[in-house]
Amino acid sequence: MAENLIDIRELKKYYPVHGGIFKRHIADIKAVDGVDLKIEKGECLGLVGESGCGKTTLGKTILRLHGATSGRIYFGQSEDIIERIESLLKSENPEERQEGEKLLRQHDLTRLSRKNLLPLRKKIQIVFQDPSNSLNPRMLVKAIIAEPLIAQRLMSGKDIEKRVLELLYTVGLAKEHMMRYPHEFSGGQRQRIAIARALATYPEFILMDEPTSALDVSVQAQILNLLKKLQDEFKLTYLFVTHHLLVVKHISNRIAVMYLGKMAELGPTAEIFDKPLHPYTKALLSAIPIPDPKTKMEKIILSGDVPNPINPPSGCRFHPRCKYAKDICREVEPKLEVAEGRHQVACHRWKEIS
Amino acid sequence: MNSHGQKASEKLLQKPLIKPPRSKASQRNRLFYASIIYLVILGAAALAAPIISPYNPNDQHLEERFAPPSGKYLLGTDNFGRDLFSRIIYGSRSALLVGIVSVSIAVVIGLTVGMIAALSEGLVDNILMLLMDSILSFPTVLLAITVVSFLGYGLLQVMLAIGVIFSPVFARIVRAEALSIKTEGYVEASRALGSSQLKIVFLHIIPNLLGKVVVQGSITFAISVVIEASLSFLGLGTQPPTASWGLMLKDARNYLVQAPWMAIYPGVALALTVLSFNIIGDTLSEKINPRIQG
Repeated sequence: MAENLIDIRELKKYYPVHGGIFKRHIADIKAVDGVDLKIEKGECLGLVGESGCGKTTLGKTILRLHGATSGRIYFGQSEDIIERIESLLKSENPEERQEGEKLLRQHDLTRLSRKNLLPLRKKIQIVFQDPSNSLNPRMLVKAIIAEPLIAQRLMSGKDIEKRVLELLYTVGLAKEHMMRYPHEFSGGQRQRIAIARALATYPEFILMDEPTSALDVSVQAQILNLLKKLQDEFKLTYLFVTHHLLVVKHISNRIAVMYLGKMAELGPTAEIFDKPLHPYTKALLSAIPIPDPKTKMEKIILSGDVPNPINPPSGCRFHPRCKYAKDICREVEPKLEVAEGRHQVACHRWKEIS
Repeated sequence: MNSHGQKASEKLLQKPLIKPPRSKASQRNRLFYASIIYLVILGAAALAAPIISPYNPNDQHLEERFAPPSGKYLLGTDNFGRDLFSRIIYGSRSALLVGIVSVSIAVVIGLTVGMIAALSEGLVDNILMLLMDSILSFPTVLLAITVVSFLGYGLLQVMLAIGVIFSPVFARIVRAEALSIKTEGYVEASRALGSSQLKIVFLHIIPNLLGKVVVQGSITFAISVVIEASLSFLGLGTQPPTASWGLMLKDARNYLVQAPWMAIYPGVALALTVLSFNIIGDTLSEKINPRIQG
């Protein structure tokens, strides 16, 4: 099995809701509610799910743009250390648990101090959805791409200029683009600039937060191919957050399906597309239009809306919309279990319904 | 065909028969440039006052009191026989000085307070903004009079008072803009790169809100010139014999029928200055956005 670059354990991110005259804390929006996820070195993991299921929040928590409520994120830690910390944390002995907490402060991304986090920022980068919003309109392209180099104090003066130029070529832009402002570019070119900025510090992991959703379809393909090329060239690991299933099929090795803050299904791309196990995944896949009038698709129409994440349903979160739901689904929360090889699913009845 | 008719038709062809109406935008542009030219001239006159003014502004020519505008006294003389033209030139010094200093004070206070409020949110934000709003809730001139009567009369006190009084306007603008810029993608991206809070403020937030501050600064400049004139008119600002437009208007009040030029010319200078700053502020607010400018 490949080495894990990121190992997420029981990650939770709650947003407090304040109400009343005194702005009391009355409830939590459970955006990410206990997610376990391993991202292997060099893979592209597609993270899909509908709007508001917590996929972007999960990504931004890895980047520490949002602080986690609880849980652990290990980045680039060896299996031994992770296992040791995890076993210490589960220990009955309070002293050992304390020991575990102490180790977490050095190894857990969500608990690192600002100072210890800074060098890690080099290795973890992000490309945002909307490039017209993620580039400062008052900065020259040169300054935008150089920003990470200066912030991380990686190089100075002439080297920066050389690196910026190199990055521009890497993403398919030219020298003459250096002295222009973002508004002078098309959407696709702007996204290329954003990608160049993300690449500047030689990262290992890039969070792709719907990088193609704001682009024209014709440009989407170009950007996707560029991302694929860059991944091979620089041995990058991607977490590709999107709601566009075909995009994910094109670029990902594995797919993780999220529903209402929980992981529903996880597996290699081909297996997920050929043999989806979770009823929610089946419904998602059946919504992809097939460009062939002869195929008769059986569309699974989900009834109802996504439930409110402030007060998620008991048991399996999907049960109010699931046609296979039984009593057990309403009462017991299903755990992510191995179905077959690397394919995991969180459903009580996957064996019966497949 | 005779040559005369040919010439006439050529002439006709050269001139368009109907003059195309001037567009509103180009009209505004003309006003904008006219305002800038006026202010540049005023600024140059203020700087070079000792060189270009024909008389010492405080020299009294008592035998020539209330002289109407003439070749000798370009804009006439006042009740002490002082040359009005020279006094207007010298008066521009205090008007511009008040504008520059008080706007700077207001911008510095407003930028600091607004930025701290926007970045800290919560309790600190509420307290700071409550403070600013309480300043904002007083009538401007009344508050200026109160502050000046505490600090004492004089130009410096007036500048300080105006600066403090207008700082809430800037604090509000800065806070509102900073709050919205804070959530922009490039600020998040910068945070993900490991930039410090201070760096984000100076690299991303301030450059993107400076446009709005400049526009407000231009308009505040106009208002502070008026307030300085009002306070001087009331005897609280610039103290005689220093030349100030407000003081000149105050002197003119008693001789409106006898020597109307004493009131007209300082009044015109004051009005033009205020108008220019307002026009510049309005035009800039449209021009300042690089995305629209293209």
